[in-house]
Amino acid sequence: MEPVSRATDVAVAYPGAREPDRTRRVDAFGVQLTVYEWGDAAAPPLLLAHGGFDFARTFDVFAPLLAAGGHRVVAWDQRGHGRSAQTQLYSWDADVRDAFAVLESTSAGPLPAIGHSKGGGVLTQLVQALPRRFTRFVNVDGVPSRRAAPDVAEHERPQALNEVAAEWLDHRRRVASLVRKPGTPEELALRRQRMNPRLPLAWLRYLVSVGAQHDPDGWRWCVDPTLRMGGFGPWRPEWVLERLRRFPVPLQVVLGLIPEAMSMGATPDSVRPFLPPGARLHAFEDSGHFVHIEKPHEVAKLVLGFLA
Amino acid sequence: MSERLRHGKVELALHRLRGGEGRTLLLLHALGERSPLDPPVDVVAWPGPVAALDFTGHGDSTRPLGGGYFAELMLADADAALAHLSQATLLGRGLGAYVALLLAGARPLAVRGALLCDGAGLAGGGPEPRDPTLALPGSTAPADGPDPMALLELSRDVRPPDYAASFLAQAVALSGLAPPVWICASERPPWLAGLTTQPGVGVAPLPRALAACWAAG
Repeated sequence: MEPVSRATDVAVAYPGAREPDRTRRVDAFGVQLTVYEWGDAAAPPLLLAHGGFDFARTFDVFAPLLAAGGHRVVAWDQRGHGRSAQTQLYSWDADVRDAFAVLESTSAGPLPAIGHSKGGGVLTQLVQALPRRFTRFVNVDGVPSRRAAPDVAEHERPQALNEVAAEWLDHRRRVASLVRKPGTPEELALRRQRMNPRLPLAWLRYLVSVGAQHDPDGWRWCVDPTLRMGGFGPWRPEWVLERLRRFPVPLQVVLGLIPEAMSMGATPDSVRPFLPPGARLHAFEDSGHFVHIEKPHEVAKLVLGFLA
Repeated sequence: MSERLRHGKVELALHRLRGGEGRTLLLLHALGERSPLDPPVDVVAWPGPVAALDFTGHGDSTRPLGGGYFAELMLADADAALAHLSQATLLGRGLGAYVALLLAGARPLAVRGALLCDGAGLAGGGPEPRDPTLALPGSTAPADGPDPMALLELSRDVRPPDYAASFLAQAVALSGLAPPVWICASERPPWLAGLTTQPGVGVAPLPRALAACWAAG
């Protein structure tokens, strides 16, 4: 279904929000990604990665603050999100490879990077794979936490595990017929509020205006409906945490401690034992997972201080 | 005869290699392979129908753009074929053997025995992640061969022994079969070596395992 319009035909403003100064496309091994830049094109570049079910324009307040600090801020819509291509397959390795394509299109020299949530995890892996391409890294609420062992008796474990596996397969059986539910811009904002309960409705209305498309039967968020919260597979947080100890470039971790639906559950106590020497850790006790949206000025100041 | 099955945005090719009465033997090929045109010589003794699935990016199934493969996605490919067949005994080679084990655990009532055989992609990326590297494809590949992204990504996916064993435990507890899983492979990567000490696994040459699966009903 072809959208009636992509950018909003409803003019919505939000204090401090500024659309990107430039937009471009990157071919990531056959996948077309949309890349956005804020700030002077000649300024030193800074890579910025969004989280799952977000999109680059969720940085419309945060990125201009970083640009004002003297950076050319480069963010992209990850595959299946925003204005980038919706692909047939999605995986962690594919997201890391896409990030590499954006890096390649941005700078041959080393640069700093910031990633929020899943974007923090993706960039963590990219920095570890290519440490000489990065100078510093800021992980904003994207460090995983150890999962508590499920409270299930040993003899009941196969049944419990089977329910998880069958649920994944049932999802995959349905996935061909999934479509994102259309609605009015207001309905989309209210729907997003379930994932972002701490963010102002005015902000969510603004996000509709830059992150949804107007189809003949209503508005839809530009996120592939086949994407699913949470993965299925053998991945375990310890693999990421253990590697953090030898993270190859200076690292800053920013946490928002108020739990909410999208939180990864990390706390200063859970993260600190895995940080490499010299890493900085800042926790906002009065903020949730989207700390860079709740407190853009404070987080930008913190990050710019670290990058200086 | 081949049928097209839908799995998400991918079309899968399910090949009916031989008709017949009774339960279908579903062949799951190795990494980089495709389904055979006829029942292989080592399965001709199977009394029932024989079918074979081309995984995503292989054979006559869709070759997606931009990769994104992982073993659990191939598991869902095989589950799409299983949904179409209602019940099947699985014979997996290499990558297909790992997928067969996962499916035997995830769909214990529909999978009536899983036979795990040697083949490419049996080991995957090993029991735990290696140092982080990028999964970058080579510059050229034949247009009609397997997707190079599939070869790349599915040889990196991590296969911890305890994860594999958890699927065996599901099959043992919920299938009613004894045993639900047969090891016919001679190669023993860590995930498979770990299974050999678990209850509920038969170790036998393929002909004996096939006969036992058919007899188990």
